[in-house]
Amino acid sequence: MRAYVIRRLLALIPTLFFASVIVFVTVRMIPGDIIDMMIAQNDISANATSRAQLEAALGLDQPMHTQYVRWIGGILLRGDFGNSLWQEQSVIGEILSRLPTTFQLGTMALIVALVVAVPVGVWSAIRQDTWGDYLGRSFSILMLAVPGFWMGTIVMVFPAIWWGISPEVKFVPFREDPVGNMLQLALPAAILGTSLSAISMRMTRTMMLEVLRQDYVRTAWAKGMNESTVVVRHALRNALIPVVTLIGLQAPILIGGTVIMEQIFVIPGMGLMLLEAVSRRDYPIITGVFLIVGVAVVLINLIVDLSYGLLDPKVRYR
Amino acid sequence: MSAVVEPLVVKAPRGPVATFCVRLIREKPLGAIGAAIFLLFLFCGVFADFLAPYGINQISPVNRLKPPSARFWLGTDHLGRDMLSRILYGAQLSVIIGFAAATLATLISVFLGIVTGYLGGKVDLIVQRLVDAWMSFPELIILIVVVSVLGPGMIQVIFVLGLTFGIGGSRIIRGAVVSVREQMYVHSAQSMGAGTPRILLQHILPNVLPPVIVLFTTRVGAVILVESGLSFLGFGVPPPAPTWGGMLSGTGRTYMYLAPWLALAPGLCLTMVVYGINVLGDAMRDLLDPRMRGGR
Repeated sequence: MRAYVIRRLLALIPTLFFASVIVFVTVRMIPGDIIDMMIAQNDISANATSRAQLEAALGLDQPMHTQYVRWIGGILLRGDFGNSLWQEQSVIGEILSRLPTTFQLGTMALIVALVVAVPVGVWSAIRQDTWGDYLGRSFSILMLAVPGFWMGTIVMVFPAIWWGISPEVKFVPFREDPVGNMLQLALPAAILGTSLSAISMRMTRTMMLEVLRQDYVRTAWAKGMNESTVVVRHALRNALIPVVTLIGLQAPILIGGTVIMEQIFVIPGMGLMLLEAVSRRDYPIITGVFLIVGVAVVLINLIVDLSYGLLDPKVRYR
Repeated sequence: MSAVVEPLVVKAPRGPVATFCVRLIREKPLGAIGAAIFLLFLFCGVFADFLAPYGINQISPVNRLKPPSARFWLGTDHLGRDMLSRILYGAQLSVIIGFAAATLATLISVFLGIVTGYLGGKVDLIVQRLVDAWMSFPELIILIVVVSVLGPGMIQVIFVLGLTFGIGGSRIIRGAVVSVREQMYVHSAQSMGAGTPRILLQHILPNVLPPVIVLFTTRVGAVILVESGLSFLGFGVPPPAPTWGGMLSGTGRTYMYLAPWLALAPGLCLTMVVYGINVLGDAMRDLLDPRMRGGR
């Protein structure tokens, strides 16, 4: 186990290196006239900031590899992601203040997704080819097609028209009012979670069907165990492992979804921060969020891989 | 001899495409419905100029926010523009972006997948780590960042969607190539001294074609969905272009409370098209490529 963890951690190095290169190169594709655009768009600081100052602030006056080494060195050694171009605050401080909200929204959505996906998937499998199975499968394949932002729009518009109810736009921080905060995030989390549940549900069903045909499940039946014991204790635990992998694979979709939900429901998380930074062309913030998101997904996948052992004692780490 | 063969020849005059269509309708009715939706969507997109009763940006202040009627089938928006016409032109944009980006994505996937899957070794190792790193970024976030750098526009959207989905999809093609690589006919070709390009194009490519076709189909749906999300956030094709995602955002949003039909039509069209493509993709996967059955 220990050797496996060490090897898995070492394997992170190239992935994280490439991720940082992708972030760096993507954002540094800035065309030459972007500096002019930045000056033109942000007239507040246009007088104070000269072209040369801006280029120096972005580090554009240095050769590419020097820029990269300086940038990644600052992050690794000092945790320094630079400062916001237009507001005098550190990028990392801003990210850390926004991260918990996005994390909370994502976690709540994930819980919704699993609460929907696992029971429906199990039911679909143990009642294969009944109307319940067809209903569950149709639901999941439909959910894959419904865009989250449309569902969000519908949920905002129609209750307002029919019953005059509209969600609170002013954000309630968790520290001030935990219950109000959870209630506020419940709706976006439910929307995000339902669309996310589709893939996990299909996976749960497929894996359950496979596991239910195994000999040990037949043995459990033969011993006269009741259905719930066979399904939950014998089959589900073994069917869940690939579903857990899928959670890791879905992490990017989940984070992408939080951006849209934060925009619709005006939730001050990382996604909204990214959108605001993009509209102000605040590149240090864009770069910072971009990198943090990539690293987060890599780490989520690491945790998922390591958690196999807990779910499935058969998995031996070599 | 000929007496035995003859009835067989007469009975099976269909090409592979026709055989596939017949099997689709017989064995996968839901997939056939998906195919019908997909074809209808294509038809609307291709012939939008002839089908649309009004122009895309034909403004009619007298007819602002009119509910659906015989004259305006899907109602009008806050500028008095006909929603049906805009939906049809939106289909055209979706067809263009969907097909262009999915084609680019498939080409990239096939190139990367075949080269890394066949060559293996160091190339494979390095490229796979790069793909790992790339896949750890949500498509939407890559798109937002790139558009923030390049500015919004159709070409940028097609390019980035093609690249993003292309790199992600290379895994699927690579998997298929790895299983084909060790087949006897590849080894025979190698032992006969065939060059690598020849083996890749003549022996590997035709045998991974089923997953490639399925990948392309499902990518069209995925591209349309992500593009609409991007347009919704204001980073897609800029207005007044009638993208389905864009119609649900921006100034139109404030009028939805007065005119709920504005919120319904674009979303319903999106859902239907993506649903159709997904169902078709699933059916094609089952019919063409048993290896991918039940997968993602």
